[in-house]
Amino acid sequence: MPDIKETLLPGVGVRHEFTTAGGERLSLLTHRSGRRELAVYDRDDPDRCRTVLHLSGEDTTALGDLLGVNQVSETVRGAQQLQGLAIDWLTLPTTSRFAGATIADGEFRTKTGASIVAIVRDETTIPAPEPTTSFRADDVIVAVGTPQGLELLRTLLGS
Amino acid sequence: MIVAAASANATAAFLEVGTVALALAMLSRIAGRFGFTAIPLYLLAGLAVGKGGLIPLDVSHDFIALVAEIGVLLLLLTLGLEYSADELRHGLRTGLSSGAVDATLNFVPGFLAGLVLGWHPSVAVLLGGVTWVSSSGIISKVLADLDRLGNRETPAILNLLVLEDLAMAVFLPVASALVIGRNVADTITTIVVAFAAVVTILGLALRMSGRLSAFLDKGNDESLLLAVFGLTLVVGGLAQRLEVSAAIGAFLVGLALSGPVQHRAGTLIGPLRDLFAAVFFVFFSFQIDPSDLRGALVPAAALAVIGTATKVATGWFAGRASGIGSAGRLRAGTTLAARGEFSIVIASLGVTHEDGVHLGAVAAGFVLLTALVSPLATRAVASRRVSGVGVSS
Repeated sequence: MPDIKETLLPGVGVRHEFTTAGGERLSLLTHRSGRRELAVYDRDDPDRCRTVLHLSGEDTTALGDLLGVNQVSETVRGAQQLQGLAIDWLTLPTTSRFAGATIADGEFRTKTGASIVAIVRDETTIPAPEPTTSFRADDVIVAVGTPQGLELLRTLLGS
Repeated sequence: MIVAAASANATAAFLEVGTVALALAMLSRIAGRFGFTAIPLYLLAGLAVGKGGLIPLDVSHDFIALVAEIGVLLLLLTLGLEYSADELRHGLRTGLSSGAVDATLNFVPGFLAGLVLGWHPSVAVLLGGVTWVSSSGIISKVLADLDRLGNRETPAILNLLVLEDLAMAVFLPVASALVIGRNVADTITTIVVAFAAVVTILGLALRMSGRLSAFLDKGNDESLLLAVFGLTLVVGGLAQRLEVSAAIGAFLVGLALSGPVQHRAGTLIGPLRDLFAAVFFVFFSFQIDPSDLRGALVPAAALAVIGTATKVATGWFAGRASGIGSAGRLRAGTTLAARGEFSIVIASLGVTHEDGVHLGAVAAGFVLLTALVSPLATRAVASRRVSGVGVSS
Protein backbone atom coordinates (compact mmCIF):
# COMPACT_ATOMS: atom_id res chain seq x y z
CA MET A 1 0.00 0.00 0.00
CA PRO A 2 1.38 3.45 -0.89
CA ASP A 3 2.26 5.92 1.82
CA ILE A 4 -0.73 8.16 2.49
CA LYS A 5 0.03 11.67 3.68
CA GLU A 6 -2.58 13.57 5.63
CA THR A 7 -2.75 17.39 5.64
CA LEU A 8 -5.12 19.51 7.69
CA LEU A 9 -6.71 22.37 5.74
CA PRO A 10 -7.96 24.84 8.36
CA GLY A 11 -11.52 25.91 7.72
CA VAL A 12 -11.88 23.51 4.78
CA GLY A 13 -11.27 19.90 5.76
CA VAL A 14 -8.63 17.22 5.40
CA ARG A 15 -6.54 16.19 2.41
CA HIS A 16 -4.99 12.79 1.83
CA GLU A 17 -2.46 12.26 -0.90
CA PHE A 18 -0.29 9.51 -2.30
CA THR A 19 1.66 8.59 -5.40
CA THR A 20 0.18 5.81 -7.52
CA ALA A 21 2.20 2.86 -8.77
CA GLY A 22 2.27 4.60 -12.17
CA GLY A 23 3.88 7.69 -10.63
CA GLU A 24 0.81 9.97 -10.67
CA ARG A 25 0.25 12.00 -7.54
CA LEU A 26 -3.32 11.74 -6.35
CA SER A 27 -5.16 13.60 -3.62
CA LEU A 28 -8.54 13.37 -1.99
CA LEU A 29 -9.84 16.47 -0.24
CA THR A 30 -12.69 15.85 2.17
CA HIS A 31 -14.65 19.00 2.95
CA ARG A 32 -16.24 19.35 6.36
CA SER A 33 -19.59 19.20 4.61
CA GLY A 34 -18.71 15.72 3.33
CA ARG A 35 -18.26 16.93 -0.24
CA ARG A 36 -15.04 15.56 -1.76
CA GLU A 37 -12.56 16.65 -4.40
CA LEU A 38 -10.44 14.07 -6.15
CA ALA A 39 -7.42 15.63 -7.81
CA VAL A 40 -4.46 14.60 -9.94
CA TYR A 41 -1.33 16.74 -9.76
CA ASP A 42 0.49 18.29 -12.66
CA ARG A 43 3.70 16.48 -13.54
CA ASP A 44 5.51 19.71 -14.44
CA ASP A 45 4.32 21.64 -11.38
CA PRO A 46 3.80 19.08 -8.63
CA ASP A 47 2.12 21.71 -6.41
CA ARG A 48 -0.76 22.29 -8.82
CA CYS A 49 -3.86 20.16 -9.41
CA ARG A 50 -4.17 19.28 -13.07
CA THR A 51 -7.64 17.77 -12.90
CA VAL A 52 -10.15 18.14 -10.11
CA LEU A 53 -13.30 16.04 -9.79
CA HIS A 54 -16.00 17.43 -7.51
CA LEU A 55 -17.93 14.65 -5.81
CA SER A 56 -21.10 14.99 -3.79
CA GLY A 57 -21.72 12.65 -0.86
CA GLU A 58 -23.72 10.31 -3.11
CA ASP A 59 -21.05 10.39 -5.83
CA THR A 60 -18.49 9.38 -3.25
CA THR A 61 -20.61 6.47 -2.05
CA ALA A 62 -21.12 5.30 -5.64
CA LEU A 63 -17.42 5.58 -6.46
CA GLY A 64 -16.49 3.89 -3.19
CA ASP A 65 -18.79 0.98 -3.96
CA LEU A 66 -17.34 0.65 -7.46
CA LEU A 67 -13.84 0.62 -6.07
CA GLY A 68 -14.89 -1.90 -3.42
CA VAL A 69 -13.47 0.02 -0.52
CA ASN A 70 -16.65 0.95 1.28
CA GLN A 71 -15.42 1.22 4.86
CA VAL A 72 -18.51 -0.23 6.47
CA SER A 73 -18.65 -3.21 4.09
CA GLU A 74 -14.99 -3.88 4.82
CA THR A 75 -15.85 -3.95 8.52
CA VAL A 76 -18.73 -6.33 7.83
CA ARG A 77 -16.48 -8.67 5.93
CA GLY A 78 -13.95 -8.56 8.73
CA ALA A 79 -16.60 -9.16 11.35
CA GLN A 80 -18.30 -12.02 9.52
CA GLN A 81 -15.11 -14.00 9.54
CA LEU A 82 -15.44 -14.33 13.29
CA GLN A 83 -17.95 -16.96 14.31
CA GLY A 84 -20.80 -15.90 16.52
CA LEU A 85 -20.11 -12.21 15.92
CA ALA A 86 -22.80 -10.15 14.18
CA ILE A 87 -23.00 -6.59 12.97
CA ASP A 88 -26.13 -4.51 12.81
CA TRP A 89 -27.32 -1.08 11.70
CA LEU A 90 -29.75 0.42 14.19
CA THR A 91 -31.59 3.68 13.54
CA LEU A 92 -32.08 5.75 16.67
CA PRO A 93 -35.80 6.55 16.88
CA THR A 94 -36.77 10.20 17.40
CA THR A 95 -38.57 9.14 20.55
CA SER A 96 -35.52 7.41 22.05
CA ARG A 97 -34.42 8.71 25.42
CA PHE A 98 -30.83 8.43 24.20
CA ALA A 99 -31.18 11.17 21.56
CA GLY A 100 -28.78 13.79 22.87
CA ALA A 101 -27.15 11.42 25.37
CA THR A 102 -23.55 10.24 25.03
CA ILE A 103 -22.43 6.66 24.42
CA ALA A 104 -21.05 6.53 27.97
CA ASP A 105 -24.43 7.66 29.37
CA GLY A 106 -26.11 4.58 27.96
CA GLU A 107 -23.62 2.03 29.38
CA PHE A 108 -24.50 -0.07 26.34
CA ARG A 109 -21.52 -2.37 26.46
CA THR A 110 -22.06 -3.19 30.13
CA LYS A 111 -25.73 -3.87 29.54
CA THR A 112 -25.65 -5.67 26.18
CA GLY A 113 -22.06 -6.73 25.49
CA ALA A 114 -22.33 -5.07 22.06
CA SER A 115 -19.88 -2.38 20.95
CA ILE A 116 -20.80 0.69 18.94
CA VAL A 117 -18.20 0.88 16.18
CA ALA A 118 -19.57 3.74 14.08
CA ILE A 119 -22.33 6.31 13.83
CA VAL A 120 -23.66 7.28 10.42
CA ARG A 121 -25.17 10.75 10.52
CA ASP A 122 -26.65 12.17 7.29
CA GLU A 123 -23.77 11.96 4.81
CA THR A 124 -20.98 11.59 7.35
CA THR A 125 -19.67 8.63 9.27
CA ILE A 126 -18.15 8.84 12.73
CA PRO A 127 -15.94 5.74 12.86
CA ALA A 128 -14.87 4.43 16.29
CA PRO A 129 -16.83 7.09 18.24
CA GLU A 130 -15.54 8.23 21.61
CA PRO A 131 -17.57 7.43 24.76
CA THR A 132 -18.26 11.17 24.93
CA THR A 133 -19.84 11.23 21.45
CA SER A 134 -23.52 12.10 21.72
CA PHE A 135 -26.32 10.62 19.66
CA ARG A 136 -28.85 12.55 17.66
CA ALA A 137 -32.25 11.33 16.58
CA ASP A 138 -32.14 9.43 13.28
CA ASP A 139 -28.48 8.50 13.71
CA VAL A 140 -27.67 5.10 12.26
CA ILE A 141 -25.67 3.22 14.87
CA VAL A 142 -23.36 0.49 13.64
CA ALA A 143 -22.79 -2.07 16.39
CA VAL A 144 -20.89 -5.34 16.69
CA GLY A 145 -21.75 -8.08 19.19
CA THR A 146 -23.51 -11.39 19.65
CA PRO A 147 -26.93 -11.65 17.95
CA GLN A 148 -28.59 -11.63 21.39
CA GLY A 149 -26.54 -8.62 22.50
CA LEU A 150 -27.55 -6.70 19.38
CA GLU A 151 -31.21 -7.54 19.97
CA LEU A 152 -30.87 -6.20 23.53
CA LEU A 153 -29.24 -3.07 22.19
CA ARG A 154 -32.03 -2.55 19.67
CA THR A 155 -34.66 -2.78 22.43
CA LEU A 156 -32.67 -0.47 24.70
CA LEU A 157 -32.18 2.19 22.03
CA GLY A 158 -35.84 2.08 21.14
CA SER A 159 -36.94 2.76 24.70
CA MET B 1 -54.85 48.12 11.62
CA ILE B 2 -51.17 47.38 11.89
CA VAL B 3 -50.46 48.29 8.29
CA ALA B 4 -51.98 51.72 8.71
CA ALA B 5 -50.03 52.22 11.92
CA ALA B 6 -46.73 52.11 10.06
CA SER B 7 -45.56 55.69 10.31
CA ALA B 8 -44.55 57.84 7.40
CA ASN B 9 -40.97 57.45 8.61
CA ALA B 10 -41.14 53.68 8.46
CA THR B 11 -42.61 53.87 4.98
CA ALA B 12 -39.75 56.06 3.79
CA ALA B 13 -37.23 53.75 5.48
CA PHE B 14 -38.76 50.68 3.80
CA LEU B 15 -38.36 52.32 0.43
CA GLU B 16 -34.79 53.43 1.08
CA VAL B 17 -33.54 50.21 2.66
CA GLY B 18 -35.38 48.11 0.10
CA THR B 19 -33.92 50.04 -2.80
CA VAL B 20 -30.41 49.74 -1.37
CA ALA B 21 -30.88 45.98 -0.84
CA LEU B 22 -32.09 45.54 -4.42
CA ALA B 23 -29.13 47.51 -5.73
CA LEU B 24 -26.77 45.31 -3.68
CA ALA B 25 -28.45 42.19 -5.03
CA MET B 26 -27.70 43.39 -8.54
CA LEU B 27 -24.09 44.23 -7.66
CA SER B 28 -23.59 40.83 -6.04
CA ARG B 29 -24.92 39.20 -9.19
CA ILE B 30 -22.61 41.22 -11.41
CA ALA B 31 -19.66 40.35 -9.16
CA GLY B 32 -20.63 36.68 -9.30
CA ARG B 33 -20.85 36.75 -13.08
CA PHE B 34 -17.24 37.91 -13.27
CA GLY B 35 -16.08 35.66 -10.46
CA PHE B 36 -15.30 38.55 -8.11
CA THR B 37 -16.19 39.26 -4.55
CA ALA B 38 -18.91 41.90 -4.22
CA ILE B 39 -17.17 43.82 -1.39
CA PRO B 40 -15.54 46.47 -3.65
CA LEU B 41 -18.87 47.05 -5.39
CA TYR B 42 -20.64 47.41 -2.02
CA LEU B 43 -18.08 50.03 -1.02
CA LEU B 44 -18.72 51.91 -4.27
CA ALA B 45 -22.46 51.67 -3.65
CA GLY B 46 -21.94 53.21 -0.21
CA LEU B 47 -20.14 56.16 -1.80
CA ALA B 48 -23.02 56.63 -4.21
CA VAL B 49 -25.62 56.91 -1.45
CA GLY B 50 -23.40 58.69 1.08
CA LYS B 51 -22.60 62.29 1.87
CA GLY B 52 -22.56 64.35 -1.31
CA GLY B 53 -23.28 61.19 -3.27
CA LEU B 54 -25.88 60.63 -5.96
CA ILE B 55 -28.81 59.43 -3.85
CA PRO B 56 -28.56 60.62 -0.25
CA LEU B 57 -30.33 58.48 2.38
CA ASP B 58 -31.64 60.27 5.42
CA VAL B 59 -34.54 58.60 7.19
CA SER B 60 -33.01 55.15 7.49
CA HIS B 61 -29.60 56.34 8.67
CA ASP B 62 -29.93 55.19 12.29
CA PHE B 63 -31.41 51.86 11.34
CA ILE B 64 -28.65 51.19 8.82
CA ALA B 65 -26.01 52.22 11.37
CA LEU B 66 -27.28 49.60 13.85
CA VAL B 67 -27.54 46.90 11.19
CA ALA B 68 -23.96 47.72 10.12
CA GLU B 69 -22.74 47.30 13.72
CA ILE B 70 -24.42 43.90 13.90
CA GLY B 71 -22.76 43.10 10.56
CA VAL B 72 -19.32 43.59 12.14
CA LEU B 73 -20.24 41.29 15.02
CA LEU B 74 -21.45 38.57 12.67
CA LEU B 75 -18.33 38.88 10.49
CA LEU B 76 -16.15 38.34 13.54
CA LEU B 77 -18.39 35.57 14.87
CA THR B 78 -18.04 33.60 11.65
CA LEU B 79 -14.29 34.24 11.64
CA GLY B 80 -14.14 32.67 15.09
CA LEU B 81 -16.40 29.82 13.98
CA GLU B 82 -14.25 29.05 10.99
CA TYR B 83 -11.48 27.24 12.80
CA SER B 84 -11.54 24.58 15.48
CA ALA B 85 -9.28 24.75 18.52
CA ASP B 86 -7.19 21.94 17.01
CA GLU B 87 -6.65 23.90 13.81
CA LEU B 88 -5.63 26.97 15.79
CA ARG B 89 -3.11 24.92 17.80
CA HIS B 90 -1.79 23.26 14.65
CA GLY B 91 -1.43 26.64 12.94
CA LEU B 92 0.48 28.01 15.92
CA ARG B 93 2.85 25.05 15.94
CA THR B 94 3.66 24.91 12.25
CA GLY B 95 3.50 28.37 10.77
CA LEU B 96 4.78 30.72 13.42
CA SER B 97 7.77 31.97 11.43
CA SER B 98 5.64 32.61 8.33
CA GLY B 99 3.12 34.38 10.54
CA ALA B 100 5.82 36.63 11.97
CA VAL B 101 7.10 37.46 8.47
CA ASP B 102 3.52 38.18 7.40
CA ALA B 103 2.93 40.51 10.36
CA THR B 104 6.19 42.41 9.93
CA LEU B 105 6.16 42.79 6.15
CA ASN B 106 2.53 43.84 5.96
CA PHE B 107 1.92 45.80 9.15
CA VAL B 108 4.94 48.09 8.82
CA PRO B 109 4.08 49.68 5.42
CA GLY B 110 0.63 50.74 6.59
CA PHE B 111 1.90 52.00 9.93
CA LEU B 112 4.68 54.05 8.30
CA ALA B 113 2.29 55.39 5.67
CA GLY B 114 -0.01 56.58 8.47
CA LEU B 115 2.85 58.41 10.15
CA VAL B 116 4.00 59.93 6.85
CA LEU B 117 0.46 61.18 6.26
CA GLY B 118 0.78 62.98 9.59
CA TRP B 119 -1.91 61.01 11.41
CA HIS B 120 -2.05 60.30 15.10
CA PRO B 121 0.12 57.19 15.83
CA SER B 122 -2.91 55.23 17.08
CA VAL B 123 -4.63 55.73 13.72
CA ALA B 124 -1.39 54.79 11.96
CA VAL B 125 -1.50 51.51 13.93
CA LEU B 126 -4.99 50.91 12.53
CA LEU B 127 -3.72 51.50 8.98
CA GLY B 128 -0.98 48.97 9.74
CA GLY B 129 -3.73 46.51 10.61
CA VAL B 130 -5.60 47.35 7.42
CA THR B 131 -2.57 46.48 5.26
CA TRP B 132 -1.69 43.42 7.39
CA VAL B 133 -4.78 41.25 7.29
CA SER B 134 -5.64 39.31 4.16
CA SER B 135 -9.28 38.67 3.36
CA SER B 136 -10.16 35.09 4.25
CA GLY B 137 -13.52 35.61 2.51
CA ILE B 138 -11.99 36.59 -0.84
CA ILE B 139 -9.18 34.05 -0.58
CA SER B 140 -11.36 31.05 0.17
CA LYS B 141 -13.62 32.04 -2.73
CA VAL B 142 -10.68 32.44 -5.12
CA LEU B 143 -9.16 29.11 -4.05
CA ALA B 144 -12.47 27.30 -4.57
CA ASP B 145 -13.26 29.05 -7.88
CA LEU B 146 -9.84 28.30 -9.35
CA ASP B 147 -9.90 24.70 -8.05
CA ARG B 148 -6.83 25.31 -5.97
CA LEU B 149 -7.99 23.80 -2.67
CA GLY B 150 -6.10 20.63 -3.51
CA ASN B 151 -2.91 22.47 -4.46
CA ARG B 152 0.09 21.87 -2.27
CA GLU B 153 0.64 25.56 -1.50
CA THR B 154 -2.91 25.89 -0.15
CA PRO B 155 -2.21 24.67 3.43
CA ALA B 156 0.50 27.34 3.70
CA ILE B 157 -2.05 30.00 2.67
CA LEU B 158 -4.72 28.73 5.04
CA ASN B 159 -2.29 28.47 7.95
CA LEU B 160 -1.35 32.12 7.47
CA LEU B 161 -5.03 33.05 7.57
CA VAL B 162 -5.41 31.10 10.82
CA LEU B 163 -2.49 32.95 12.39
CA GLU B 164 -3.78 36.35 11.26
CA ASP B 165 -7.06 35.31 12.77
CA LEU B 166 -5.43 34.58 16.14
CA ALA B 167 -3.34 37.74 15.95
CA MET B 168 -6.56 39.74 15.60
CA ALA B 169 -7.63 38.56 19.06
CA VAL B 170 -4.68 40.54 20.40
CA PHE B 171 -4.54 43.33 17.83
CA LEU B 172 -8.18 44.46 17.89
CA PRO B 173 -8.43 45.17 21.64
CA VAL B 174 -5.03 46.88 21.72
CA ALA B 175 -5.79 49.00 18.66
CA SER B 176 -9.20 50.03 19.92
CA ALA B 177 -7.74 50.89 23.33
CA LEU B 178 -5.08 53.04 21.63
CA VAL B 179 -7.73 54.91 19.68
CA ILE B 180 -9.95 55.49 22.72
CA GLY B 181 -7.01 56.32 25.04
CA ARG B 182 -6.90 59.95 26.13
CA ASN B 183 -3.51 59.81 27.85
CA VAL B 184 -0.82 57.21 28.53
CA ALA B 185 -2.21 56.06 31.89
CA ASP B 186 -5.74 55.75 30.48
CA THR B 187 -4.51 53.82 27.46
CA ILE B 188 -2.52 51.39 29.59
CA THR B 189 -5.54 50.84 31.86
CA THR B 190 -7.77 50.22 28.85
CA ILE B 191 -5.28 47.78 27.34
CA VAL B 192 -4.93 45.91 30.65
CA VAL B 193 -8.71 45.75 31.07
CA ALA B 194 -9.03 44.64 27.46
CA PHE B 195 -6.51 41.86 27.90
CA ALA B 196 -7.99 40.74 31.19
CA ALA B 197 -11.41 40.61 29.54
CA VAL B 198 -10.10 38.72 26.50
CA VAL B 199 -8.24 36.20 28.65
CA THR B 200 -11.22 35.75 30.98
CA ILE B 201 -13.73 35.30 28.19
CA LEU B 202 -11.36 33.05 26.25
CA GLY B 203 -10.58 30.97 29.34
CA LEU B 204 -14.26 30.64 30.19
CA ALA B 205 -15.07 29.95 26.57
CA LEU B 206 -12.53 27.16 26.24
CA ARG B 207 -13.43 25.62 29.60
CA MET B 208 -17.16 25.73 28.93
CA SER B 209 -16.76 25.12 25.22
CA GLY B 210 -17.65 21.43 25.37
CA ARG B 211 -20.68 21.82 27.63
CA LEU B 212 -21.94 24.96 25.89
CA SER B 213 -21.56 23.39 22.46
CA ALA B 214 -23.21 20.15 23.55
CA PHE B 215 -26.08 22.10 25.16
CA LEU B 216 -26.66 24.24 22.07
CA ASP B 217 -26.39 21.27 19.73
CA LYS B 218 -29.49 19.65 21.21
CA GLY B 219 -31.84 22.38 20.03
CA ASN B 220 -33.42 22.64 16.60
CA ASP B 221 -32.00 24.95 13.93
CA GLU B 222 -34.27 27.83 14.80
CA SER B 223 -33.37 27.87 18.48
CA LEU B 224 -29.68 27.42 17.65
CA LEU B 225 -29.74 30.38 15.27
CA LEU B 226 -31.43 32.59 17.86
CA ALA B 227 -29.17 31.38 20.66
CA VAL B 228 -25.96 32.05 18.73
CA PHE B 229 -27.21 35.41 17.47
CA GLY B 230 -28.29 36.44 20.97
CA LEU B 231 -25.11 35.20 22.61
CA THR B 232 -23.01 37.13 20.09
CA LEU B 233 -24.87 40.38 20.74
CA VAL B 234 -24.86 39.97 24.53
CA VAL B 235 -21.14 39.10 24.76
CA GLY B 236 -20.34 41.83 22.22
CA GLY B 237 -22.33 44.34 24.26
CA LEU B 238 -20.62 43.33 27.51
CA ALA B 239 -17.20 43.57 25.86
CA GLN B 240 -18.08 47.04 24.56
CA ARG B 241 -19.15 48.08 28.06
CA LEU B 242 -15.65 47.11 29.26
CA GLU B 243 -14.26 49.26 26.44
CA VAL B 244 -12.97 46.13 24.71
CA SER B 245 -14.36 46.23 21.19
CA ALA B 246 -17.66 44.41 20.76
CA ALA B 247 -16.15 42.71 17.72
CA ILE B 248 -13.72 40.84 19.98
CA GLY B 249 -16.59 39.56 22.12
CA ALA B 250 -18.27 38.20 19.02
CA PHE B 251 -15.02 36.65 17.83
CA LEU B 252 -14.59 34.85 21.16
CA VAL B 253 -18.13 33.47 20.98
CA GLY B 254 -17.18 31.99 17.60
CA LEU B 255 -14.02 30.45 19.05
CA ALA B 256 -15.95 28.99 22.00
CA LEU B 257 -18.29 26.95 19.83
CA SER B 258 -16.78 23.68 18.74
CA GLY B 259 -17.63 20.27 17.37
CA PRO B 260 -20.82 19.60 15.39
CA VAL B 261 -22.53 22.75 16.66
CA GLN B 262 -19.69 24.85 15.21
CA HIS B 263 -20.51 23.68 11.68
CA ARG B 264 -24.27 23.89 12.19
CA ALA B 265 -23.99 27.43 13.54
CA GLY B 266 -21.68 28.38 10.66
CA THR B 267 -24.20 27.23 8.06
CA LEU B 268 -27.11 28.88 9.86
CA ILE B 269 -25.41 32.22 10.49
CA GLY B 270 -23.88 32.40 6.99
CA PRO B 271 -26.88 33.94 5.19
CA LEU B 272 -27.59 36.29 8.10
CA ARG B 273 -23.97 37.43 8.05
CA ASP B 274 -24.07 38.07 4.30
CA LEU B 275 -27.11 40.29 4.77
CA PHE B 276 -25.79 42.31 7.70
CA ALA B 277 -22.21 42.48 6.42
CA ALA B 278 -23.32 43.84 3.05
CA VAL B 279 -25.02 46.67 4.93
CA PHE B 280 -21.84 47.19 6.96
CA PHE B 281 -19.71 47.64 3.83
CA VAL B 282 -22.21 50.06 2.31
CA PHE B 283 -22.48 52.01 5.55
CA PHE B 284 -18.71 52.18 5.94
CA SER B 285 -18.15 53.99 2.66
CA PHE B 286 -21.47 55.80 3.14
CA GLN B 287 -19.73 57.78 5.88
CA ILE B 288 -16.82 58.73 3.61
CA ASP B 289 -16.98 62.13 2.00
CA PRO B 290 -16.16 61.68 -1.71
CA SER B 291 -13.94 64.75 -1.48
CA ASP B 292 -11.84 62.88 1.14
CA LEU B 293 -11.58 59.94 -1.21
CA ARG B 294 -10.00 62.07 -3.92
CA GLY B 295 -7.23 63.05 -1.50
CA ALA B 296 -6.85 59.43 -0.43
CA LEU B 297 -6.46 58.09 -3.94
CA VAL B 298 -2.68 58.50 -4.21
CA PRO B 299 -1.81 57.03 -0.79
CA ALA B 300 -4.30 54.19 -1.32
CA ALA B 301 -2.84 53.33 -4.73
CA ALA B 302 0.74 53.52 -3.44
CA LEU B 303 -0.16 51.30 -0.48
CA ALA B 304 -1.93 48.85 -2.78
CA VAL B 305 1.24 48.47 -4.86
CA ILE B 306 3.47 48.09 -1.78
CA GLY B 307 0.94 45.90 0.03
CA THR B 308 0.66 43.57 -2.95
CA ALA B 309 4.44 43.30 -3.19
CA THR B 310 4.81 42.53 0.53
CA LYS B 311 2.08 39.89 0.41
CA VAL B 312 3.73 38.27 -2.62
CA ALA B 313 6.96 38.21 -0.60
CA THR B 314 5.07 36.69 2.34
CA GLY B 315 3.58 34.01 0.11
CA TRP B 316 7.01 33.34 -1.38
CA PHE B 317 8.50 32.90 2.10
CA ALA B 318 5.64 30.75 3.42
CA GLY B 319 5.69 28.61 0.27
CA ARG B 320 9.42 28.08 0.45
CA ALA B 321 9.12 27.08 4.11
CA SER B 322 6.72 24.30 3.08
CA GLY B 323 8.88 23.15 0.17
CA ILE B 324 6.71 24.59 -2.62
CA GLY B 325 8.15 25.38 -6.06
CA SER B 326 8.41 28.92 -7.41
CA ALA B 327 5.14 28.80 -9.38
CA GLY B 328 3.27 27.70 -6.27
CA ARG B 329 4.94 30.39 -4.18
CA LEU B 330 3.81 33.06 -6.66
CA ARG B 331 0.28 31.64 -6.61
CA ALA B 332 0.30 31.79 -2.80
CA GLY B 333 1.59 35.38 -2.71
CA THR B 334 -0.80 36.78 -5.30
CA THR B 335 -3.74 35.04 -3.61
CA LEU B 336 -2.81 36.45 -0.20
CA ALA B 337 -2.66 40.02 -1.55
CA ALA B 338 -6.45 40.41 -1.33
CA ARG B 339 -7.60 42.53 1.60
CA GLY B 340 -11.25 42.84 2.41
CA GLU B 341 -13.74 42.56 5.23
CA PHE B 342 -11.30 42.67 8.16
CA SER B 343 -9.34 45.60 6.84
CA ILE B 344 -12.63 47.48 6.76
CA VAL B 345 -13.53 46.26 10.27
CA ILE B 346 -10.17 47.54 11.56
CA ALA B 347 -10.56 50.88 9.77
CA SER B 348 -14.05 51.27 11.25
CA LEU B 349 -12.51 51.24 14.76
CA GLY B 350 -11.09 54.66 13.93
CA VAL B 351 -14.34 56.44 13.04
CA THR B 352 -14.47 58.23 16.38
CA HIS B 353 -10.98 59.69 15.89
CA GLU B 354 -10.48 62.96 14.03
CA ASP B 355 -8.01 61.31 11.62
CA GLY B 356 -10.50 58.46 11.22
CA VAL B 357 -12.23 59.99 8.20
CA HIS B 358 -8.94 60.01 6.29
CA LEU B 359 -8.20 56.47 7.44
CA GLY B 360 -11.64 55.37 6.22
CA ALA B 361 -11.04 56.86 2.79
CA VAL B 362 -7.53 55.37 2.41
CA ALA B 363 -8.70 51.97 3.68
CA ALA B 364 -11.67 51.93 1.30
CA GLY B 365 -9.45 52.78 -1.67
CA PHE B 366 -6.80 50.26 -0.60
CA VAL B 367 -9.33 47.44 -0.16
CA LEU B 368 -11.06 48.30 -3.45
CA LEU B 369 -7.76 48.04 -5.33
CA THR B 370 -6.30 44.95 -3.68
CA ALA B 371 -9.61 43.05 -3.69
CA LEU B 372 -9.86 43.59 -7.45
CA VAL B 373 -6.20 43.21 -8.40
CA SER B 374 -5.29 40.13 -6.35
CA PRO B 375 -7.77 37.67 -7.93
CA LEU B 376 -6.79 38.98 -11.38
CA ALA B 377 -3.08 38.69 -10.59
CA THR B 378 -3.36 35.17 -9.27
CA ARG B 379 -5.30 34.11 -12.38
CA ALA B 380 -2.64 35.74 -14.57
CA VAL B 381 0.17 33.92 -12.76
CA ALA B 382 -1.58 30.62 -13.41
CA SER B 383 -2.27 31.22 -17.09
CA ARG B 384 1.29 32.37 -17.69
CA ARG B 385 2.46 29.11 -16.23
CA VAL B 386 0.15 27.08 -18.43
CA SER B 387 1.38 28.84 -21.60
CA GLY B 388 4.95 28.36 -20.36
CA VAL B 389 4.35 24.62 -20.24
CA GLY B 390 2.93 24.76 -23.76
CA VAL B 391 6.13 26.31 -25.06
CA SER B 392 8.45 23.89 -23.31
CA SER B 393 6.63 20.71 -24.27
